[in-house]
Amino acid sequence: MTIASSSPPSRLPLGSAEEAATKPRTRKARAREGGGDGRLAAVFIAPALLGFLVFLLWPTLRGIYLSFTRFNLLTPAEWVGLDNYTRMVHDPIFWDSLKVTVEYVFINIGIQTVSALAIAVLLQRLTQSAMLRGIVLTPYLMSNVVAGIVWLWILDTQLGIGNEIIAGLGFDRIPFLADETWAIPTIALINVWRHVGYTALLLFAGLQAIPNDMYEAAKVDGASEWRMFWRITMPLLRPVLAVVLIMTVIGSFQVFDTVAVTTNGGPANATNVLQFYIYGAAFGRFQFGYASAMSVALLVVLSAITFLQYRLTRAGQTDLG
Amino acid sequence: MAAVTAPTAPAAPRTRPVRRRPSPGRVVAWVAMAAMILVTLLPFYWILRTALSSNTALAAHPGDPLPVDFTTGGFERALGLQSTEEAIAQGGSGGGLKFWRYLINSVVVSTLITVCQIFFSAMAAYAFARLRWRGRDKVFGLFLAGLMVPAIFTLLPNFVLIKQLGLVDNLLGIALPTMFMTPFAVFFLRQFFMNVPREVEEAALLDGAGKIRIFFRVMLPMASTPILTLGVLTYITSWNDYFWPLMVSYSDSSRVLTVALAIFRAQTPQTGYDWSGLMAATLIAALPMLVLFGAFARRIVSTISFTGVK
Repeated sequence: MTIASSSPPSRLPLGSAEEAATKPRTRKARAREGGGDGRLAAVFIAPALLGFLVFLLWPTLRGIYLSFTRFNLLTPAEWVGLDNYTRMVHDPIFWDSLKVTVEYVFINIGIQTVSALAIAVLLQRLTQSAMLRGIVLTPYLMSNVVAGIVWLWILDTQLGIGNEIIAGLGFDRIPFLADETWAIPTIALINVWRHVGYTALLLFAGLQAIPNDMYEAAKVDGASEWRMFWRITMPLLRPVLAVVLIMTVIGSFQVFDTVAVTTNGGPANATNVLQFYIYGAAFGRFQFGYASAMSVALLVVLSAITFLQYRLTRAGQTDLG
Repeated sequence: MAAVTAPTAPAAPRTRPVRRRPSPGRVVAWVAMAAMILVTLLPFYWILRTALSSNTALAAHPGDPLPVDFTTGGFERALGLQSTEEAIAQGGSGGGLKFWRYLINSVVVSTLITVCQIFFSAMAAYAFARLRWRGRDKVFGLFLAGLMVPAIFTLLPNFVLIKQLGLVDNLLGIALPTMFMTPFAVFFLRQFFMNVPREVEEAALLDGAGKIRIFFRVMLPMASTPILTLGVLTYITSWNDYFWPLMVSYSDSSRVLTVALAIFRAQTPQTGYDWSGLMAATLIAALPMLVLFGAFARRIVSTISFTGVK
């Protein structure tokens, strides 16, 4: 164990330089050993590869196949060509649920990104307290189910403390989750509450990579915090922000738990998000083929968004260095 | 802001901490921070306050900051310690919550997923980062592509597969899809192994240790902090998962806490929710994660903050 303690893992970017230096030796070593560590690698990678093939790659291919079939779990899948897709295109509820989902994503991501950024900057510029960072993360420890139930109670029209405060301030009580216009924004906010701390911490990690001298130098030049935010923080954080944005958008398109616990898709389909509709088609009506087709549609939408976001934000490039 | 850094006199660096006069901007920032902490933490207090109140008193005093008509009835109901008549009298549904059963199920599933997933992912990550073999980069690229497949997409086909394997309503069926790996875990650990200096490995090789020995005796111990962080995050994720367990489990034998909780909530009468029972149940369901996090918070928070779990 002396070996392990002798030199702590370095986080310096020695990877590329060092790798280049050892390349010739590596090749020689490979020749000597005959194909490197092939056999050992096969053993090491076998369980993960098995999991990958069986529970990720195969289901992906199978999902695409099932979308061209009529399948109810009881009888074998029956090939129906594009039937499910034509049905989908003509299904107003599908379009409705896609619309509701997009509306949810916009509200959720908009508010979450801005608040996460604010929290991250406050954490970085105000204090380095690990305790505060821990507090910020606590809602993330709750499940969506728990968060949903708790806010269902807080926002209850008659007894919820949220509405008590609103009434105390002299406003009308708001039936947050029972009203068609309020339901989606409310669910979006509940999920912001649960996820914003985690997002903030990821952004905080990005902020840590910005050299402090930059802020010091700017301060010497008399720059205000506001100006430093726009001139230093934002440009340098952009790549991290882009990656975090892509991740959170993908995650937020898959909203389900909170809806299932709070509104169950109602009132009047107002919160019938896509994943909820897919679930209903599969397990409520046993239309696995149709549900798969809608999943493929969701996959296509997500891939397109990822691609677009990646291109638009130039996520691959850094401004650092 | 200008007053904050009077040209940093290098001569007297730390004689006496310079009293910073709080600028208006800083005050506003701290107020924003305080508001944020309040919004974050207040719901937790409200859960506790409600859980310790009685339903009848809650209706009469909805805004009281302290528990009203203090009682542990909510917890008793959530834990299934009350008789049906007693529960209904206090505003419960009378529907039972076999709490200990669900707790054990949740623990079994989350532990199984976390331990296996991290171990297998670490093995794969080591092979990707430190072993030389043909096709390595191609296979890794394939794994990375897996990151892009949204969970919803594999859920239906995976359900069909689990059903065909006869593992529906079985704890193994809940754990299986994420037990072997997630692309994220492999990616995260590979990132760490890549950064371990080559000399460490070479020194061990000179000492006559084999690659397997190096993995278990050198690499895994060195990676203990990232593994701990990843482990706790995986535990939290699998503990909180709702959609997949909802699909797979039908009866108490395989029901986990999140699913049980949602059912408990659906059972309480729409006209008059059993709020104190519900809040007690949510608190009990969330408590293990709060304790787990509390134990490791400092290390986890700094690992996320500095390496950026992405």
